Amino acid sequence: MPSVMVRRNEDGKLLFYVAKKDLEEVITAVERDTPEEWGGEVTLSDGETFYIDPISPPPTFPTTLRFKRVD
Amino acid sequence: MAALTREETQNLIAEVLAIYPEKAKKDRAKHLMVNDRSLETAKKCITSNRKAVPGVMTIRGCAYAGSRGVCWGPIKDMIHISHGPVGCGMYSTMGRRHYMNGTTGADIFGTINVTSDFQERDIVFGGDKKLKAIIDELEKLFPLVKGYTIQSECPIGLIGDDIESVAKVKGAEIGKTIVPVRCEGFRGVSQSLGHHIANDSIRDWVLPTLDGDDSFETTPYDVNILADYNIGGDIWPSRMLLEEIGLRVISQVPGDGTLIEMQRSTKAKLNLLHCYRSMNYVSRHMEEKYGIPWMEYNLFGPTKIEASLRAIAERFDDQIKEGVERVLAKYKPQWQAVVDKYRPRLEGKKVMLYVGGLRPRHIIGAYEDLGMEVVGTGYEFAHNDDYDRTIKEMGDATLIYDDVTAYELDEFVKRLKPDLIGSGIKEKYQFQKMGFPFRQMHSWDYSGPYHGYDGFAIFARDMDMTLNNPCWKEIKAPWQRAAAPASVAA
Repeated sequence: MPSVMVRRNEDGKLLFYVAKKDLEEVITAVERDTPEEWGGEVTLSDGETFYIDPISPPPTFPTTLRFKRVD
Repeated sequence: MAALTREETQNLIAEVLAIYPEKAKKDRAKHLMVNDRSLETAKKCITSNRKAVPGVMTIRGCAYAGSRGVCWGPIKDMIHISHGPVGCGMYSTMGRRHYMNGTTGADIFGTINVTSDFQERDIVFGGDKKLKAIIDELEKLFPLVKGYTIQSECPIGLIGDDIESVAKVKGAEIGKTIVPVRCEGFRGVSQSLGHHIANDSIRDWVLPTLDGDDSFETTPYDVNILADYNIGGDIWPSRMLLEEIGLRVISQVPGDGTLIEMQRSTKAKLNLLHCYRSMNYVSRHMEEKYGIPWMEYNLFGPTKIEASLRAIAERFDDQIKEGVERVLAKYKPQWQAVVDKYRPRLEGKKVMLYVGGLRPRHIIGAYEDLGMEVVGTGYEFAHNDDYDRTIKEMGDATLIYDDVTAYELDEFVKRLKPDLIGSGIKEKYQFQKMGFPFRQMHSWDYSGPYHGYDGFAIFARDMDMTLNNPCWKEIKAPWQRAAAPASVAA
């Protein structure tokens, strides 16, 4: 369960950053991304997927969240 | 000589690695790559931030070096106590050229070197009491000091000295900031983790102190200069440029910086991050907690200065944008004169770099402004994200090496035959004896500053002075030279 900082990059896309893993990738897809909630399965640009229970209301970025790895 | 093709570079890597045992070869091969600008990410091609192969020479430092020397060292109005045996503390004595303004003992303490000088009995019975005594003694000797940091050396982590409790108790007693830093040298694979630990200690012990205190008057143009270490005075021309375009620099962290500047840095509107590798952690934290956006910038060489200043202006209103255009126009004749003077002397020369975690990619632009070409580059302790950023800066099919060993670097230099090598003190004399012009790119070879337009003039002069020095022709003894006439005027 890595602790992940999610922030927006200069193009406004969400970045998924894990300091310990040197992982900084753009989030390409989020399972649920509505004005009411944000979360579910999250896909990164390198193909990895992570899971977070949907948060309602959606968090304001940047923020640090705990994700689960999906194998 | 034209640059190598992709196949030639790949063959070069294979030939150099051939001497290693199978296991070491497999491991080292992952740290070497041929640059491909079309790549989006370096992850698949190069491995970084891994433990060095035992038995080969690496030039990395330790976590203590990263924290005591790099991140905390330049904070000038605090005393940095090296907690542990005397050696580490001794060797951190201003070995790094982070300049600071002030009078030692009155308002700066960066030149003072304090260690708790652990003996066997401290290892057996613990060093807490000694640490308290040191702080009491320092209070008596230097009553004007603004705070202390306790920088742990290896034994502290092994015996479990409770430096946090000493910091809390003594801090409350004397009413000053005392920051315990758990930067034991054995942590991590290089000094990079030391930077991270130092950043975390700034986050936990320094930044929250002014939370809820709005007495500091702010303006819409407040910025921080983060992670400029003032090597040879670098931060001063940078700051002049930023102030000239109309920004107000409220803190310099850590180069020539003070504790109160660090605390006030949370009041800024934008963090300008120079060394991404060493202080991105704290800027990410400040973005999350205080909502201060951050951006990287690069003030090496006119091309990058122009791009950086324009990018900074994008974050502000038209007043700053006008300021940038005014400054760019003002300095154009100055840098154009430098380029006109030195470019003919340096045009087409090849450079190989091997420095820390960020500088090679920042300085490529400055070399290109002088018409020079960087044919190989690498980092001691960079991470993946640094290589992501490097790929775009480097030419196609150039060599990139991570945590290169002494042997590999030797061989690469022999084969690529660069006209100039930029690396650290540990490589300097070896390459000079091999007959290659060399500049120390950690400490600017006792020169500097290299930032900004003023620095660019010094940079160009230094490169010319080194590269075109007549001494390089005299490296070989007369009877070892080729039969060509030896006495041609320079």
